[in-house]
Amino acid sequence: MERIPILKMGDYLLVSIQIDMHDKLAMDLKNDLAEKISKTSAKGVLIDISALEVVDSFIGRMLGSMSEISKVLGAETVIVGMQPAVAITLVELGLSLKGIHTALNVEKGIKLLDELVKLQ
Amino acid sequence: MDENTTGKETVITLRETNDIVNARQYARKLAVELGFNILDQTKIVTAISELARNTVIWGKGGKATFEIIIKKGNKAGLRATFTDRGPGIPDVEKALEDGYTSGGGLGLGLGGAKRLMDEFEIESEIGKGTTVTVAKYK
Amino acid sequence: MPDKHIKTVLEIIKKNKNDILNVWKNNLWKKLEYQRDLLSDNEIEKYAEDFLNLFNAAIKSEDYDFMSSEEWDALKDTVTQLIHRWSSQGFTIRETGSFVTTFKDALYNKIKENIEKNPDVILSVFSILDRLFTDLAIFSVEAHVQSRDEIISRQQKEILELSTPVITLWKGILAIPLIGTLDSERTQMVMEALLQKIVETGSDMAIIDITGVPAVDTEVAQHIIKTINAARLMGADCIISGIRPQIAQTMVALGVSFDVTTKATLADAFSVALKRVGFQITNENHE
Repeated sequence: MERIPILKMGDYLLVSIQIDMHDKLAMDLKNDLAEKISKTSAKGVLIDISALEVVDSFIGRMLGSMSEISKVLGAETVIVGMQPAVAITLVELGLSLKGIHTALNVEKGIKLLDELVKLQ
Repeated sequence: MDENTTGKETVITLRETNDIVNARQYARKLAVELGFNILDQTKIVTAISELARNTVIWGKGGKATFEIIIKKGNKAGLRATFTDRGPGIPDVEKALEDGYTSGGGLGLGLGGAKRLMDEFEIESEIGKGTTVTVAKYK
Repeated sequence: MPDKHIKTVLEIIKKNKNDILNVWKNNLWKKLEYQRDLLSDNEIEKYAEDFLNLFNAAIKSEDYDFMSSEEWDALKDTVTQLIHRWSSQGFTIRETGSFVTTFKDALYNKIKENIEKNPDVILSVFSILDRLFTDLAIFSVEAHVQSRDEIISRQQKEILELSTPVITLWKGILAIPLIGTLDSERTQMVMEALLQKIVETGSDMAIIDITGVPAVDTEVAQHIIKTINAARLMGADCIISGIRPQIAQTMVALGVSFDVTTKATLADAFSVALKRVGFQITNENHE
């Protein structure tokens, strides 16, 4: 059964979504992430969606709830690499994903995580 | 008649959530074939995804029919029709309006799909089902 | 409604095809004398021949309803194609229309030479043809106008694109001056240009200057908010600058608010942006 891998990078967890996810895969990811944050006491989560060509309202809300769940478990989340076409479409769809942190790429994402974690 | 369909129709069954990905991927394939730019491709695939999801979850399953159409003046486009025999939508106006709030569920998908496509038509009857037709032209 | 006398027209065309074509072409060249350098003999021959054949076929179908019958579609397409070509090359309406009018003249002359001198025949034939050619002439004008409209709308789009420049004020700080009214098409262009530049430059800040936006109502505000949200999804923060006093008052009255920093001038916004990105400005001249 395929699952999206979650890598540990020091105090942070890195999730790289490379494929068009069907619902179960997305739900599994949400659960796996929550478990892994708990298990590793991770302080930050970086979700890389640079390979995602479509983010519909389901995936969008899933990203939002992953961010909220992580926060409750003590970790900050930054979503990086959204493609311009996806950003414009999401905004047109009416999903602004306010409250979640975003960065242009992994490098900036880690910098942002460092700042957010410092504020914790 | 102001337009001609090329006659070729592809039907995708929408019974469970996995089928939503099928609809998305077919829509992508068709959009690329028609030569839409990346932004338009993304809008089309996203709208299709929303409508497919509505059909599966709220419509209790149905199907999506894709066609290539040519409007007078040689404008080519893609049309998708989503049909289900589900419970129907009680207040279509409201459902479309809700699209702009952060509310989840039905509203967001319909209103969103309407904003992302060039043409949007919906017919729904309580107890009988719903048909949504969308189209986008190059 | 089929007309038995129209058969004579078909026969006249059949017997005198080349004559009709030649007279037509010669007169057409005369009418288009100011456009000679843009025309080719081959082009005119091909279009004339196609037109005559399609006209013949449509008449044969005995359906003379030019406006709605499918039998006339092929002819209409040929005329449309030709007129679009010529109108985009700058021909006048009278010139593009002459394609059809000179054909009518050539055809009518031939018919008059060869038709039975029977008033019933003449009346029924010409009343049908007259209606057809009137419709054809109107159709020609419509095709010409439509072609012009398409050119205008394409040019408008280009002007729109040219008026959405995204400026790199400093490393990591972009500025977009919005000029004119904001509608959804314009907003999309702004978003595309801005996001593209964010990716290219890796910028963290975007200053949206609305000095050139005449009025901000709830709709325009929605467009601006959309743009801010799109930039945010790409990891860039926005500042809005150029809010004139009247705009500020309208915004408050309408209950519109942007949940980003807003400044009256681009200079103020730039100063805030620099600080946010980590720069400090010092003045070397201690006056």
